[in-house]
Amino acid sequence: MSLHAEKLNKSLKREKQLHFLLGGGVILLFLLVWEAIGGFELVNPLFTSSPSRVVKAAIVLINDGTLFAHLAVSAKEFVLGYTVALIIGVPIGISLGWFKAVSASFGPIISAFYATPRVALMPLFIIWFGLGLTSKIIVVLLSAIFPLIVNLQTGMTTIDPDLIKVAKSYGATRWQIFRSIALPASVPFMITGLRLAAGRALLGVIVAEVFGGSQGIGYLIQYAGATFQTDKVFVGVAVVATTGIILDRGLHRAGRYFDRWRGETAVG
Amino acid sequence: MSTVNLQKKNVAPIGTDYHGQGGADASPVNVVQLPTHGSASAEPLAKRETKLSVKDIVIGYHNKESGQILLTVDRVSLDIKEGEIVTIVGLSGCGKSTFLYAIAGLVPSQGGEILVGGKKVTGPGPDRAMVFQKASLLPWRRVRQNITYGLELNGVGAEEAEKKARHYIDLIRLSGFEDHYPNQLSGGMQQRVNLARALACDPEVLLMDEPFAALDAITRELMQLELLTLCEKVGKTVLMVTHQIDEAVLLSDRVIVFSARPAQILADIKITIPRPRDGITKDSPEFRELETRIWTLIEANANIGGGI
Repeated sequence: MSLHAEKLNKSLKREKQLHFLLGGGVILLFLLVWEAIGGFELVNPLFTSSPSRVVKAAIVLINDGTLFAHLAVSAKEFVLGYTVALIIGVPIGISLGWFKAVSASFGPIISAFYATPRVALMPLFIIWFGLGLTSKIIVVLLSAIFPLIVNLQTGMTTIDPDLIKVAKSYGATRWQIFRSIALPASVPFMITGLRLAAGRALLGVIVAEVFGGSQGIGYLIQYAGATFQTDKVFVGVAVVATTGIILDRGLHRAGRYFDRWRGETAVG
Repeated sequence: MSTVNLQKKNVAPIGTDYHGQGGADASPVNVVQLPTHGSASAEPLAKRETKLSVKDIVIGYHNKESGQILLTVDRVSLDIKEGEIVTIVGLSGCGKSTFLYAIAGLVPSQGGEILVGGKKVTGPGPDRAMVFQKASLLPWRRVRQNITYGLELNGVGAEEAEKKARHYIDLIRLSGFEDHYPNQLSGGMQQRVNLARALACDPEVLLMDEPFAALDAITRELMQLELLTLCEKVGKTVLMVTHQIDEAVLLSDRVIVFSARPAQILADIKITIPRPRDGITKDSPEFRELETRIWTLIEANANIGGGI
């Protein structure tokens, strides 16, 4: 590595560190202001709570086991709903993108479903499937499946026509084109779909639990809110937010791995 | 089907002096009637097997607006012998690329027939490989796996494909880059991989559609020289389409000039400049003269056709 490159690398690193400090500083400042508002009783802490109260509430909830009990229920709903969405959604998205007849037949009805807010259907799901696990999994499934379908369909229909031309010139069959071009080309779209689906699924879990039920983080938030325990509300919100960030970052990382061929740019 | 003349099997080795036999024929430009089949010419080249034979090919497409059939290529015949490098030049939109696509089996023809090694072309096949203007490498595959792509599609086993890939990586001087992804390569390198992908399939005829048109001027010149040595090394039968007259003259044994659409052959010009050729070849008066003659033909035709 040349001296210049080393220098450039160093200054890039320094810039990264600076950005990290700036971002962290703003968060810290926000927490301090929040704490001060509650601490100096500028507003009744019953409404705003404060970071220290939230931490205390969290410790209580962790120690008596309620937080993990709720978390376990929510996690189960999430994992089941998301997995089923994946198992059903990916093949649907691929068929919609690959077979023109399939997209002509099922495209319109899927668009119609996509436009319907799933929450609005929640009362129906409760009537049909009860207040238990099933109705919640259905909501999570329906929340997560559409981003997957739509993204995979897009991936399949936006393949570089030049690549297909090359494959055809080598005598590739339709199946070979599907396997060697369409599938790998739609991997980045699938990763995006998975990320969006994770966010939607998380939302689905919370909404379903707020709507009806007696377990889960959503229920914890709803119940704490109804009983003016703002500290506990914030604990629930923090758990959901953290989960969301971890899921998104994790999938982003995974996506970068599968996307590594897009990485560095040309050398010459 | 079997009308092609499988003359004598004794193929002349590449480099026999059919190029430099210009003695009696002082003019390097030689507008000739295409030899009809079986007409034994005295040239040594004629002893070679005809690799590609196009007979009265007609290509048209249906214009949806006017409802008429528009002719793109009008009864073109062309014979290419084994190991011969032939280039088609012509105005843009004259149908030369369509002609090439038809030979590749990517565009249907409305009349006539195309024979490769005596077999009629009905679609794409492993006996032909096409190098497109855009490298169009699979971006998620490394160089090595891009080179084996064509072999893979033709059902060649992984081990054999890998062996061939290694050979062509050396030949196109990309050793050390075999595990790079296409977007880590320069345009010229990408196009070399594209060429290697086609050569690895060991086609009977290599088809090239303006292979260097998308490259910058310097890279293009370098790639021309590279292709020149490569062609002399591998001895493939090549049919290329280009806009660059100098490129055509430098690389070819024959330059075919196409007329404006619908394409017909205006001239079939033998390039008698001896091989091996190199960058300095372009400075020779012979080269300049050929270039001028071809340019004059194209220009005259463009004017007849009512301009460009």
